[in-house]
Amino acid sequence: MKKYLIVAVSLAFALMLSGCEFQKNKEKSINVYSWGEFIADGSDGTINVNEKFTEETGIKVNYKTFQNNEELFAKISGGGADYDVIIPSDYMVSRLIEKDMLEKINFDNIPNYKLISDRFKNLGFDPKNEYSVPYVWGMIGIFYNKKEVTAEINWDILWNEKYKNRILMFDNARDAFAISLLRLGYSVNTEDASQLREAADELIKQKPLVQAYVMDQIFDKISNGEAVLAPYYAGDAAVVMKNNPNIGFVIPKYASEKFVDSMCIPKGSENKELAEKYINFMCRTDIALANAKKTGYSTPHEEAYNLLDGDIKNNEIFYPDRETLNNSQTFVNLSEKTNKLIDELWVEVKSGGASQNPWNLVIILLGFAAAYLAVVVLKNSKRKK
Amino acid sequence: MKIKPNLFPYVLWMSFFVIVPLILVIIFAFSTPEGGFTLDNIIYATKYSAVFWRSIVLGAVSTFVCLIIGYPMAYCIAKIKANFQSVFIMLLMIPMWTSFLLRTYAWMTILEYNGLLNKLIAFLGFEKINMINTPGAVVLGMVYNFLPYMILPIYTVLSKIDKKVIEAAQDLGANKITVFKKVVFPLSLAGVVSGITMVFVPSVSTFVVSKMLGGGAILMIGDLIEMQFLGNAYNPYLGSAVSLVLMVIIMICMGITNKLDEDPNEQNMIL
Repeated sequence: MKKYLIVAVSLAFALMLSGCEFQKNKEKSINVYSWGEFIADGSDGTINVNEKFTEETGIKVNYKTFQNNEELFAKISGGGADYDVIIPSDYMVSRLIEKDMLEKINFDNIPNYKLISDRFKNLGFDPKNEYSVPYVWGMIGIFYNKKEVTAEINWDILWNEKYKNRILMFDNARDAFAISLLRLGYSVNTEDASQLREAADELIKQKPLVQAYVMDQIFDKISNGEAVLAPYYAGDAAVVMKNNPNIGFVIPKYASEKFVDSMCIPKGSENKELAEKYINFMCRTDIALANAKKTGYSTPHEEAYNLLDGDIKNNEIFYPDRETLNNSQTFVNLSEKTNKLIDELWVEVKSGGASQNPWNLVIILLGFAAAYLAVVVLKNSKRKK
Repeated sequence: MKIKPNLFPYVLWMSFFVIVPLILVIIFAFSTPEGGFTLDNIIYATKYSAVFWRSIVLGAVSTFVCLIIGYPMAYCIAKIKANFQSVFIMLLMIPMWTSFLLRTYAWMTILEYNGLLNKLIAFLGFEKINMINTPGAVVLGMVYNFLPYMILPIYTVLSKIDKKVIEAAQDLGANKITVFKKVVFPLSLAGVVSGITMVFVPSVSTFVVSKMLGGGAILMIGDLIEMQFLGNAYNPYLGSAVSLVLMVIIMICMGITNKLDEDPNEQNMIL
């Protein structure tokens, strides 16, 4: 009897769950997958963008966030995720295009696209601009403590002995290598193994000076004076500098990296038209302005830019001059081989360049096996006694 | 073999959440992105020998430290009055209710160069010490987080030792040290062994602790596996191969400790 009860209960549950599914499909909704704190959410007197979209169109927005591009990639390439709008960065857009994981966008449904500055169209990662609509952009620069760092700030300062143990670095192979490559005057998208080797050697040289390899912890460590130099993304500079006026941010003029995060529609989206509606909505001037104000990242939207406060509009950190922009590079996707090489070199950098004898692991395993056998033999001989 | 119906939920759980994932890991470890069979992933994993070695050493050191600290603590707790015992065990458990991440993050603020501990040191007039981002800090983080897993099984075994056995030894003229050496310790070996496994396994494969307290520069196997899934090159094949090698190492270690554990059982049988 009990068994039947269990079966009945589980069946009922299954029906309830599938019932929910049906319910969801009946009312229109889209799934958006984006970065954390990347949208105006109604706090600090801004508009709640997603709620407003629902209000105006009746389409529900399921908003989920990710930590980094790789997490996004792992999620959608693993299948089982049905997102309608995603916001990856430049190189991830080109990787997704290469892997045929993006849907071509019908730009007829996105009339507001014309408001996006031409400078952000047809960039390297989506040369014909068929798959992506730029959402925000920014530069990589260096946070520094004005009290303790007086020298000129450029990439070389991250290799300066004087600041030993007070320097932070990206805990992310691609960005860390970009800094080393920019300093050496190479392209951040180089596929040349010898250039990458050189960049890795420089990073190995830098390692004794580096206090820690971190990502978001940079804010804490730079604000409380634990570290005095740290490269990071410009978008977060506003908040950090507001909280601590001793912190400055400089984008090296001669070479930097520009990132562009764009809205895309992944393959398999069941609500492509609704997704386009959402993208178009995000490109509306008032919405783009609200997002730019809330997130602190630079907007590629021309009208929204014009409506920004003067002190932000003319701020070199968020809207650098032409020279800096012309000298900046944007990531594109690298070949699988190069990606693997970078990962391998990155492990070497973090291990301080220790030579990794492949036989060590075999020796370790054999050692453990020998220890196991020794114990067995020991026990057996004891038993005989 | 016929499976009894009351075993059914257990079998279902095991097959879905243990056997199937395990098979998937093995399949991934031996396959190419195109789906063919290959040994390359395993061979590639050997390139990271230094990382394996570092993890094993740090894991072993923290297990040892846990044992050194944990055994006397468990012994003391087992010795005190019964109603105090539950209070002590409770106190041991309470930190485990807070998030693992939060506890480790707290250590970061304590150990930082401008952190709490260094502020105290500077206040007392000593030179500041660089503590964070060293292997020592990582070991400290692991010991702090995993110590309860060492104390609890040892305490459980110690508190269940029959008092009459100890009294018998004393009656036969054994002094305190001899009682401990010949009776209490051998009887508690089962707890020690399960404590060692329960600390060593998570220590070897941890990655949050090494990331936060090691400054990202003390790379461990957990970090390496994470890198394969969330790193620059998305490579679940290599990630699975590394996990598989790690599993083999852990299995051998558990085999060793289990063998060591066989002794007291035999003695029990003789008794």
